Amino acid sequence: MAGMAQMLEGKRVCICAGSGGVGKTTSSAAIAAGMAARGKRVAVLTIDPAKRLADSLGLPELGNEERRVDAALFEQAGIEPRGGELWAMMLDAKATFDELVRRHAPDAETRDRILSNRIYQQLSAALAGSQEYMAMEKLFELYAEDRYDLLVLDTPPSRNALDFLDAPKRLMQFIEGRALQVFIRPTGVGMKVFGRGTSMMFSVLKRVTGVEVLEDLSEFFQAFSGMVGGFQERAKRVNELLANPESCFVVVCGPQGEPITEAVYFHRQLVEAKLPFGGVIVNKVHFESELPDPGGELVDELTSALGDGDLALRVAENFADYRELAARDQRNIKRLTAEMRARLVIQVPYLDSDVHDLDGLMRINEYLFAAGAQERATIAAEAGPG
Amino acid sequence: MFSGGLAGVGMFTVMPELLDKRLVIVTGKGGVGKSTVALAMGLAAAAQGRRTIVCEVSSQEHTSQVFHRAEVGFHEVEMADNLWAISIDPDEAMREYVLLQLRVRAMRDLLFRSRIFTYLAAATPGLRELVTIGKIWEVAQPDRRVKKGREYDLVIVDAPATGHGVAFLQTPHTFANVARVGPIKAQAEALESFIVNQRKTGVAIVALPEEMPVNETAALEHTLTEEVGVAVDRVYVNGLYPERFSKADVERLETACGNGNGGPVRAACRAALSESNRAAAQREQLARLAELTGSPVRTLPFIFKPELGVDEIRELSGELD
Repeated sequence: MAGMAQMLEGKRVCICAGSGGVGKTTSSAAIAAGMAARGKRVAVLTIDPAKRLADSLGLPELGNEERRVDAALFEQAGIEPRGGELWAMMLDAKATFDELVRRHAPDAETRDRILSNRIYQQLSAALAGSQEYMAMEKLFELYAEDRYDLLVLDTPPSRNALDFLDAPKRLMQFIEGRALQVFIRPTGVGMKVFGRGTSMMFSVLKRVTGVEVLEDLSEFFQAFSGMVGGFQERAKRVNELLANPESCFVVVCGPQGEPITEAVYFHRQLVEAKLPFGGVIVNKVHFESELPDPGGELVDELTSALGDGDLALRVAENFADYRELAARDQRNIKRLTAEMRARLVIQVPYLDSDVHDLDGLMRINEYLFAAGAQERATIAAEAGPG
Repeated sequence: MFSGGLAGVGMFTVMPELLDKRLVIVTGKGGVGKSTVALAMGLAAAAQGRRTIVCEVSSQEHTSQVFHRAEVGFHEVEMADNLWAISIDPDEAMREYVLLQLRVRAMRDLLFRSRIFTYLAAATPGLRELVTIGKIWEVAQPDRRVKKGREYDLVIVDAPATGHGVAFLQTPHTFANVARVGPIKAQAEALESFIVNQRKTGVAIVALPEEMPVNETAALEHTLTEEVGVAVDRVYVNGLYPERFSKADVERLETACGNGNGGPVRAACRAALSESNRAAAQREQLARLAELTGSPVRTLPFIFKPELGVDEIRELSGELD
């Protein structure tokens, strides 16, 4: 047992973080499929608004409820799941938020007031951290239900590893904050808290925003006030879950300079926030072992092997281009590895074909779940180009 | 509403060419090279003598890094002849908006000092996006509101990635709906009509020739044209591998690999086959995209360089069309 299997030993939650376009959704799906193939009951959650995960698991569509990936697909891919199950869902932030409101609302009237408020309707759709907040919420719900051995969360792309933790915090701060008191009791205690300037402040604000906006906001926060306690309690437990030793953060990146720099930054942020860090997955790497130094005679050797001088030149040129990319990738990965110290850095090669089905995920898993560098190199030699 | 289909026959319509517009929004899935394409477009426009500014909205400072310059921040800084850059920070944009709204100093001070305002500004959904778009609009005005504001011929926006990107562009519409009356309503409406004005505002989607990015691009185009109501003028397929090897070449390479050649010869032949496979797979995806999208599709070559600097991006700017 090694690679991801080792990293996830004893873990119940795996959170994949990273910037956009680095194969995070694919990696999340591959990890989930790999653990399912090892006999675990696994659910993978994506908050990516695009339907990539559904594509990659051969599901026609994903909704806010988990769906089981057909066991026959595993058999077709030559895997005996040994009791393992793979489930997938795409988070619908609005539906999750609505569920949450229904659960925490003290009475039917408050519930309806919130659900019909226009600020709420906008907020609960796609804006300002609600997606991230709801992802955490759903993660926690599934964790508490205890139906799975492992939950894999594919976070939305972000420049900042902690965005998905901070965005909900911003929202919570406001809901909990003293500013809320002003909206709830504009002439009462809140005014005393903020002092004499407050009513003036409101008249200034009205000039900037318009009366209606303020009224809607006030209505929204008033309706929400009855639920603050429930939310706070919930948020606290979500934070505990993330810092829990049963959780594991995995940073996913690509081998180019920029993604590597971001991965280094992500790692630092996670460590500083004292969150359990598992390792890094570097996707689409050009392996140097497959692109050895050809020496000075390559064109001649190729000409005699191929019997075509023009083709030999083009092959040599292509090889030089690939070698340059491999050298760059190795330089960047070296920088990353130095930063990670003893942490696991898993390299997945740039495969010849796109990964968008279970077979593809299993090909990736030969690297994600490989025993070590030695084994990875062997597999690379077998599955390499051509 | 005009559909993408009509934009597809753009050359027969009176639709101004992309760089003739006042605002071009460059969007797409994360990691496809939006910033590179936005900058290449900026260089192309600047080379035609247009006073051009590239607006970044998620503080990547891509442009300043490419030019090896200090971070530009919330300032319009000249990077090359006719080419400026700005990184729009929502907090700064908010501040500027309030300053322009409230002419009375005492009122501004009251607001900026107020904790309620600070909380409100941070927590109101979509407000950051709204003021960011507001700033983009301001930069694109021939008659700038900001003192000593320069007039630009073209404003290029390096927009947030798909998903967030659509929500970003929808913000004015959202606010125009939420606010029934008042300044926010009026401004949100002005911003919305600016964004959907297809004579002045263009959209370019950047994509990669891979299965999932192609699916997402088609979905994004649909949302942009049908729900946001903008025109998608171009889809740029980035990172297209060259077709270096013919079918006959591939057969020879396969034979050479099977002939017991070892070492670098075998490795080079396998790398060539790998390249040929990737190039072929990319072309399949490109064909699929052309089928799925109603917008004109253009391709940009993969550049075999460790990092893309000014020279490489200039090279790309010649391929934008």
